[in-house]
Amino acid sequence: MNGFNFSIVRKYWERLIAPIDGPLMLITTLLLLLATGIMGSASPERLGAQLLNVCVALTMMRFLAQVPPQRLMHFAIPIYVLGILLLIAVALFGDVAKGARRWLNLGVMRAQPSELMKIAMPLMLAWFFQRHEAMLRMRDFAVAAILLLLPVALIARQPDLGTAILVLAAGFYVIFFAGLPWKILAAMAVSAVAAAPVAWTLLHDYQRARILTLLDPEKDPLGKGFHIIQSTIAIGSGGLLGKGWREGTQAQLDFLPERHTDFVFAVFSEEFGLLGNLVLLTLYALLIGRMLMIAANAATLFSRLLAGAITMIFFTYAFVNMGMVSGILPVVGVPLPLISYGGTALVTLLSGIGILMSIHKNRMLVQK
Amino acid sequence: MEFKNPREELERFRARLTVAGGFVLLCFAALLMRFIWLQIIQNNYYTTRAEDNRISLVPIVPNRGLILDRNGVVLARSYAAYTLEITPSKAKNLDQMIDALGQIIEVQPKDRKRFKKLLEESRNFESLPIRTRLTDAEVAIFTAQRYRFPGIEIKARLFRQYPGGAFASHIVGYIGRVTDHDIDKIEKQEQEANYRGTEHFGKSGLEQKYEFALHGIAGFEQVEVDAGGHAVHTLARTAPIAGNNLTLTIDAELQRIAETAFGDRKGALVAIEPSTGGLLALVSTPTYDPNLFVDGIDSANWRELNDSPDKPMVNRALNGAYPPGSTFKPFMALAALTVGKRRAEQVIYDPGFFNFGGHTFRDDKKGGHGSVDMYKSIVQSCDTYYYALANDMGIDNISNFMAQLGFGQRTGIDIEGESEGILPSQEWKKKRFRKPEQQKWYAGETVSIGIGQGYNAYTPIQLAQATAVIANRGVMFRPHLVNYITDTVTGERTKIEPTPLRTLDLKPEHLDVIRDAMIGVNKEGTGARAFAGAQYIAAGKTGTAQVFSLKGADYKALGVKKELRDHALFIAFAPADEPKIALAILVENGGFGAAAAAPIARLVLDYYLLGKRPPGPAKEDEAASEDSP
Repeated sequence: MNGFNFSIVRKYWERLIAPIDGPLMLITTLLLLLATGIMGSASPERLGAQLLNVCVALTMMRFLAQVPPQRLMHFAIPIYVLGILLLIAVALFGDVAKGARRWLNLGVMRAQPSELMKIAMPLMLAWFFQRHEAMLRMRDFAVAAILLLLPVALIARQPDLGTAILVLAAGFYVIFFAGLPWKILAAMAVSAVAAAPVAWTLLHDYQRARILTLLDPEKDPLGKGFHIIQSTIAIGSGGLLGKGWREGTQAQLDFLPERHTDFVFAVFSEEFGLLGNLVLLTLYALLIGRMLMIAANAATLFSRLLAGAITMIFFTYAFVNMGMVSGILPVVGVPLPLISYGGTALVTLLSGIGILMSIHKNRMLVQK
Repeated sequence: MEFKNPREELERFRARLTVAGGFVLLCFAALLMRFIWLQIIQNNYYTTRAEDNRISLVPIVPNRGLILDRNGVVLARSYAAYTLEITPSKAKNLDQMIDALGQIIEVQPKDRKRFKKLLEESRNFESLPIRTRLTDAEVAIFTAQRYRFPGIEIKARLFRQYPGGAFASHIVGYIGRVTDHDIDKIEKQEQEANYRGTEHFGKSGLEQKYEFALHGIAGFEQVEVDAGGHAVHTLARTAPIAGNNLTLTIDAELQRIAETAFGDRKGALVAIEPSTGGLLALVSTPTYDPNLFVDGIDSANWRELNDSPDKPMVNRALNGAYPPGSTFKPFMALAALTVGKRRAEQVIYDPGFFNFGGHTFRDDKKGGHGSVDMYKSIVQSCDTYYYALANDMGIDNISNFMAQLGFGQRTGIDIEGESEGILPSQEWKKKRFRKPEQQKWYAGETVSIGIGQGYNAYTPIQLAQATAVIANRGVMFRPHLVNYITDTVTGERTKIEPTPLRTLDLKPEHLDVIRDAMIGVNKEGTGARAFAGAQYIAAGKTGTAQVFSLKGADYKALGVKKELRDHALFIAFAPADEPKIALAILVENGGFGAAAAAPIARLVLDYYLLGKRPPGPAKEDEAASEDSP
C-alpha cells in the first residue's frame, strides 16, 4: 500500500473497543442518537454543548469499562467518605440557589456532591455485603441501613428530595439484591404507610405543593400546576403519530417549562406521539434487560449487587421522569436518562454503563 | 447465622433479579397505559387544549360610525392615532421607566394620573396608554430608543373626535371608557363577543342612544401566540365592519346660529319640523366639550363641569322643567274652544285683577285690559281672561286636554333620560303629597295654572312639541333627531320614519283662531318689536315665568338678583299658513319673554326661512316688556 499501515489503525481500534459490550453499546448509541434528535428540536442552541457532554461521558464509560471490578472495590470507602465530607461541607458552606443549599463552590467549578452519591452509595454497600459474604447476619443489614440513611438525610435537608429518593433507591436496591428478607420488606412497607403523615409534616412547603399539585393540577393552573398541565397537554395532543419533529406547538411556543432538561420527554412525546413513546420504552426495556442479564452472570457478589443496583437506578430515572412528566408521579428533579440536557447526569449514567461492561468482561474470572 | 452455599446464593440473587425485572415491566406497562390514555383516548381533549394555548383571537375594534347633520356636516368622527402603551406585567419598574420616558417624550402629570387610574382598574395583562395622539416626530423619537423601554410599545388606536367641540354637545353626547354598568347593557344585548376589544361606550346623547348602531362589528385576528402571550404570527384575519353612520334631522348651521344667539345666557331652544317631528335644532346652554371625556376626563375638568352653578352637563331642553308662563295661554284658549267653555268672540271685562276665594290675582297691566275677547287675550297676554277661564274649566278638564298635547309626558325623543315635567291634576296632587290636607286640590290653585304658573312645569321639548301640534293642525309626531341610518358597507339607508303619535280631535276653525291670534302677537302684540319688518308671517307667543313670588310688590327686574329673575319664554311657528318650523325658547332668568327670548326666535327663523345670517348673538331688547304692544 502507500506506506500507510491500516493494520495499526485496526489494532488501536480493536484495543479501543475491546472492553465494550456490543449489545449495550448498540442500545446506548441508539438512545444517544435519539437524544440528539430531540435536543435539535427542544433546544438546538444547546446541541453542541450536549455533544461535548456526550464525548466526556463516553470517555468516562470507556475508561471504567476497562477497570476490573476488584479494583473498583478499593475505591468504595474513599469515594463514600469523600461524598459524606462534601455533603457536610455543602451543609456548612454551600451556595444557595432557588431556596436550596446544593452547590459547593470549589473556586474553579461548582460541584453538586449529592450527584456523586448516586454511584458512591451502591459501590459502598456492594463492597460492604461482599465483605460479609460468608456470614450475613441481620446486624449487617442494620449497619447497611445506617450507611445508606446518613447521606440520604444530608441530601434531604439541603433540601433536594429528588436526589435523596434516588440515592435511597440506589442503596435500597443493593440491600434488596443482597437478600433482605421479604418479612422485613413487608414490615418496612407497612411502617412507611404509617409514617407518611409524620413525613408530611417534615416536608418543605414547596415539596408539599408538588404533591398536592399532582393530585389536582387544575387547582392552580398558572402557578404550581402549570408545569404538569402543560406537559400533559403536550403529551396528550401528540396523539398516535405526533405532530412531527420541531412541529410541537407546546414545545416550540414555550408552553413547556424546562423543555430541554426534566421535561424533554414531553417535547419528544408531543412530536413523535404514542409510537415514539413505544420506541423509547422499548429501548429502555432492552437496555435494562441487557443490564439485568449482565448482573445475573456477574462473577462476584460485589459485581452482582453493583450491576443490579446500577440497572435499577437506570430504571428509576426513566420511570420517575416519564411518570412525573405524564402526571402520575410528583414533580421531582429527575432527568430522563441519556436524553435530558446536562453533563453531570450523563457522566453518572454512562459511568454506570461502563462499570457494567467491565463486570461483563470479567464475568468468567472466578470460575477460572 | 448461616453459612452460604454459593450456588444457592446465585439462585436466590437471580430470583430477586427476576422480581426486579417483573417490577420494571409492570411500571413500564403502567406508563404505556398512561400514554394510551392521554394520547389516544383523551387525544381530542388535549388537542383542543393545545390549540387554545396556541391560538389567540385578537379582536379588531371596528371604526365607530359618523354622526352627521342633515347636510353632511360631521359632528362626530373616529380617526386612528398612535398611542404609547405600557404593559405593566412586562415592565419592571414602572415609575422609573415613565420618568425615563418623560425625558424623550412629553409626559404630563395628568397623563400619569390617568395611567395610574387605568392601572388600578385594569387586569394586569392588557396594555394601557400613557400618552395618546403622538405626533409623527414623537413616534420617530420613541422608535429609535425603544430598546430602552421593554414593555412599552406604540399602538394604533381609534379615537373619537367631536370636531365642533362644545357645539351641539347635548345632541351628540360623548363616549367614555367602558364601565361595569355598560357591561351590563352589553350583556343584555348579547354583544359580549362583539365588544371584546372595545374600550369606549356611549355615555350620553346620541352616542348613548345609538351605541349599538354606531359600534359596528368587531373583526378578529387569529394569532399564534407563545406562552408569554407574544404574537408569533397571524393565521387568519376577519376584517371588522365599521359602524353605521347617523344622519340627523338637525341643521348644523341653524343649530350654530341658535347656540350663538344665546350668547352667555343659560337656556334651551327646540326647533321642530312640524310635518315630521324631526328636530332642526336642539340647544341647551351652556354646553361642554365632549372631547374631554374621550380619553377619560381628568378630575379638575370633571369637578369644574359638575360643580358649576350653571350646570353645563344638564340638557335643559329635555331635563329642565319650567313653568310655561304666558306661552301656555294659546293652549288654554284652544282647550276652552274645544271643550266649549268659550267662544272666540266672547268678551269679558278685565278690571286688572281677578278675585277668588278672598284672594286677588293681579293682571300685569295696572287697571286691566278692559274688554277682552280671545284674540286680544292672546295678543296682549291678558292674565285676567285666563284666571277666569281656568276657574271655569276646572283642573281636570285642563289637564285632560293638555295631556293630549303631550304636556307632562316624555315625548319619546331619541335621547335617553328625558324628564316628564309636571302636569298638575287632582290625581297628581294625591300622589305627590303625603299629608291628607296637602293632597286635596284647591280650586284657587287652578286659577294660576291658567297663566302657566303654579304647579305646572314642562320641558322645553314638550312646549315645542305642543307648538308643533298646533302648527301641524292637530297631527302629532314623535320628535326625533336621527333622519336615517346608513350602512357603511352597502350604503343602504334606513330612514327613521316620522311616527304620528296621534291626531287630536281639533276643529280647523278653532285652530285658525289660535293661529290668527298668535300671528297678532308678532304683528301688534308682545312679539311685535322682535318681529318688526319680518318678510314672513310668524305666529308666536311670549311668556315670562316667575321664579320668585313677589306677592304683588313691584317687579323691578334689574333690582333682583340674577338667579331670581324670571325665565323668559317664546314659542313660535312659521310661515304661519304653511309651517316649516315650530320652536320653543327658554332663557333662564332672562326676564321678559318679549325682551330676551323673542329676538332669538327672530334670528333662528330669519336664517331658516330666508337664509339670513345674524352678525352676533341676539340682543336683549331692553325696551320691550310683557305689556308693551
